[in-house]
Amino acid sequence: MGTIFFFVLAAVSVISAILIVAQKNAVASALYLIVTLCSQAMLYLLLGASFLAVIQIIVYAGAIMVLFLFVIMLLNLRRDEFGPDKKKIQRVLAFALGAVWLIQVVAVIKLGLSKMSLSPVTPEAALETGSVQTIGKSLFTEYLYPFEITSILLLVAILGSIVLAKKKI
Amino acid sequence: MIPLSYYLILSGVLFSIGVVGVLISRNAIVIFMAIEVMLNAVSLTLVAFSQQTGSPAGQVFVFLVMTIAAAEAAVGLAIIIVIFRSKESVNVDEVNLMKW
Repeated sequence: MGTIFFFVLAAVSVISAILIVAQKNAVASALYLIVTLCSQAMLYLLLGASFLAVIQIIVYAGAIMVLFLFVIMLLNLRRDEFGPDKKKIQRVLAFALGAVWLIQVVAVIKLGLSKMSLSPVTPEAALETGSVQTIGKSLFTEYLYPFEITSILLLVAILGSIVLAKKKI
Repeated sequence: MIPLSYYLILSGVLFSIGVVGVLISRNAIVIFMAIEVMLNAVSLTLVAFSQQTGSPAGQVFVFLVMTIAAAEAAVGLAIIIVIFRSKESVNVDEVNLMKW
């Protein structure tokens, strides 16, 4: 049952990721990106990471994608000049490099995993690892310093985007 | 349970789609979306390994990656707006002021 679910979600996320790049209309690409992000959230749920699944939908598919759509609609782009029709040699090279990259990744995964000793995880243990309690505990004890640094990063991002987007300060 | 290698190969495929997307598209916003796809592929790897090892560290990192993605999207889209204001286009081929 879980395997069927995994393959359906994997197919949805891969197809919509391809459509993001293949679309000429930027709004349609953004909507396909939302589909990819939501199917990834479902994959997190399948792994037992319930907290991250919820955060993925709220922060990624909600906040960040609203920002993207807002900017796309603000810019009023000309529709005809886009789409993946760069110089032909560049396209062929891009696909060749992507294929080489993919083959390398799959080969490394196959070689690396055969050397590791993996024990199967029980669903209860997976849910325990992905719960809000476990992640919160580790975020506010062991990883408190990175967490605080992140708040400074967000502050800098807010200030930076205001300074950039404002015509006169 | 689904084997770990399935998740890793799926994230490898998604990452390669992101790489090809960055290389072939000309619209700066679509390039940003392809970068988001790549970030998500890496996040999927982190979550899969985190569940396999039973340690929440990988999921904490994914949480931080999401925060950084939000900051990156905000600043990047502001830069795109500034480019659009001066060039009337978000085509990355036309942004060649610093090209040698």
